[in-house]
Amino acid sequence: MLNKLDKKEYFYGHKGCGGCGGSLAVRLALKVLGKNTFVVLPAGCMSAVGFVYPQLCFGVNALISPFASTAAMLSGIRAAANSLNIENCNVVGFAGDGGTADIGLQALSGAIDRGDKIIYICYDNEAYMNTGVQQSSLTPYGARTTTTPPGEHIHGSRNNKKDMFEIVAAHHIKYAATASIGNIPDYIRKVEKAKNTNGTSYIHIAAPCPTGWGIDSSETIDIAREAIECGLWYLAEYEDGKYKLNKDVKEFTSVRAHLKRQGRFKHLTDKDIEKIERQRDKHIKFIKERYI
Amino acid sequence: MSNKVFVSGNEAVAIGVKLAKPNVIAAYPITPQTIVVERLAEMVERQELNAEYMYVESEHSALSAVMGASVLGARTFTATSSQGLLYMAEVMHYASGGRVPLVMMNANRSLALPWSIFGDQRDSLAMLDSGWIQVYVEDAQESLDMIIQSYALAEHKEVLTPVMVNLDGFVLTHTYEAIEVPEEEQVDKFLPSFELKGKMDLENPKNLFFSSSPADNIRFKVQQHQAIENSRKIIEKLDKQYGEITGRSYGGLAIGYRTEDADTLLVTLGSITGQVKDVVDVLRLQGEKVGVVKIRFMRPFPEKEILELCSNAAVIGVLEKDISFGYHGTVYTNVADALKNTNKKIFNFIGGLGGKNISQQDIKKIFRRLKNIDKDTSTVNFIGLEV
Repeated sequence: MLNKLDKKEYFYGHKGCGGCGGSLAVRLALKVLGKNTFVVLPAGCMSAVGFVYPQLCFGVNALISPFASTAAMLSGIRAAANSLNIENCNVVGFAGDGGTADIGLQALSGAIDRGDKIIYICYDNEAYMNTGVQQSSLTPYGARTTTTPPGEHIHGSRNNKKDMFEIVAAHHIKYAATASIGNIPDYIRKVEKAKNTNGTSYIHIAAPCPTGWGIDSSETIDIAREAIECGLWYLAEYEDGKYKLNKDVKEFTSVRAHLKRQGRFKHLTDKDIEKIERQRDKHIKFIKERYI
Repeated sequence: MSNKVFVSGNEAVAIGVKLAKPNVIAAYPITPQTIVVERLAEMVERQELNAEYMYVESEHSALSAVMGASVLGARTFTATSSQGLLYMAEVMHYASGGRVPLVMMNANRSLALPWSIFGDQRDSLAMLDSGWIQVYVEDAQESLDMIIQSYALAEHKEVLTPVMVNLDGFVLTHTYEAIEVPEEEQVDKFLPSFELKGKMDLENPKNLFFSSSPADNIRFKVQQHQAIENSRKIIEKLDKQYGEITGRSYGGLAIGYRTEDADTLLVTLGSITGQVKDVVDVLRLQGEKVGVVKIRFMRPFPEKEILELCSNAAVIGVLEKDISFGYHGTVYTNVADALKNTNKKIFNFIGGLGGKNISQQDIKKIFRRLKNIDKDTSTVNFIGLEV
């Protein structure tokens, strides 16, 4: 499958941190989508590291959109392509977790509602990383961020990660998937699927951020893979109104070991970890009942 | 050949838009703008207009969507009003900074709170610094004609700046008038199809709407300012061309009515102008040397034109439907600055807020006060408060 990827690079020379999961998600998706692609990025890591004049890092047409309106700008591009008979092109957006689940949710909902033929990829690094690691609604419970300090009173994020995949699926979107930088062949297959979807498609890819997560830059892929193995992330699809779990993990690895590898969870107590395990079990039960 | 129809200001805008043949329309409904988007939807339904009609979920998305469409080379249209315009505020700066040649109609309406659906001009004047060209029209005919002219202006290669066409809410958007509709061929001759140099192109990919370092930022901002400055002469040129083709022209950034020998002038913006002209006619019959300066464009601001039109007058009043709380009306601030090196007396009259009617009687009173200016007359005077 990897052999099918475009040999050309469409996202290079950017100023992303070493081991950045988000930039890998962008780079790989563009290798699947190829040169006939229009890209939209809202404010966020990828627009910050890739778009500083005169060092512009996209080899395809690319725009920065207002923070809240990635999906609306994608829709506008698609409408223009339809009107001007620009055929065989892909219209894709790459937004972070804050740009998707928080400020950009309204525009995303509108685009899915219209069924516009666009691809929306959320690279989820679980906080507002570009502004210096603040909590977003996709920051997991317990995580240390600069706005959820791990003290006595706040004690890390009190947030429970918003379920974007379910929110998107509830719109009866044409195609939605979760993915992970920890499973690149699966991600590439899903981008390919999104490319061939005649309607709106959404891919939510777990994309670790070494800076924000407190891990080594060499650990990005490994930690993402481990998240799937310990049950804190899952690979699934929603297509033709049906859910599908892509990988049914029979026996989970240690949640504790996974969390303790990361600086952002160092402060967690046994009680916290037990709570996260209980949340995982509940979520996995929900997924299995619904997706299998 | 004359083609007369009896329409509201909103409908005149919709007809103008149809004649401009946009590729993409995206708008979110808000009173009193709604009729524009309803009529356009009907035109698309009847296939009189071959455009993609986007149903968007907010004004913020509407403007973002047409920005994306425009840089692919599509001609677009959107319309809004009041709170909707403010909701677009962020995107308005994006569009002007990105030099996207959009045309938007704004139905001038008061801003909350108190909640009000009625007309004043606080919405668009609050957006004066957003980098858009702003034109204010007086009647339904000018609405239609300025929509068409605005596309030519926004898309002009020396301008490439978005244009906002302002119609007073209800007074103009909902009032029916007989207007002349130009022939399709006339409009096509004036407004050729949209060709955006530097558009996004699959063969020659572009990265647009980028970040810039502090070292470069000011250069882009100076270019943006220069583009609006360029528009001064282009506005006049386009209006003249339009006049040659359709027989109707409106002049440049500001125009005078009975200003030549007037010692007292009232400066106006938008639909109130017609009423002030009527009062001027009445007062002229009584031997009063009064006149009107109608500001057509608030950006670029007609500094030179105002100086010229006011050159013979000693006393000038600025009548406007807005206020910059804690100071003056915004139009007054601009006019006073244009006249700062003269020894003219300038006074500010603020009325019509939240849709309150400005009567002919009110306008007569303003002229009377201007004729009898004394030391006690304050700079800012609220009209229509008398019981």
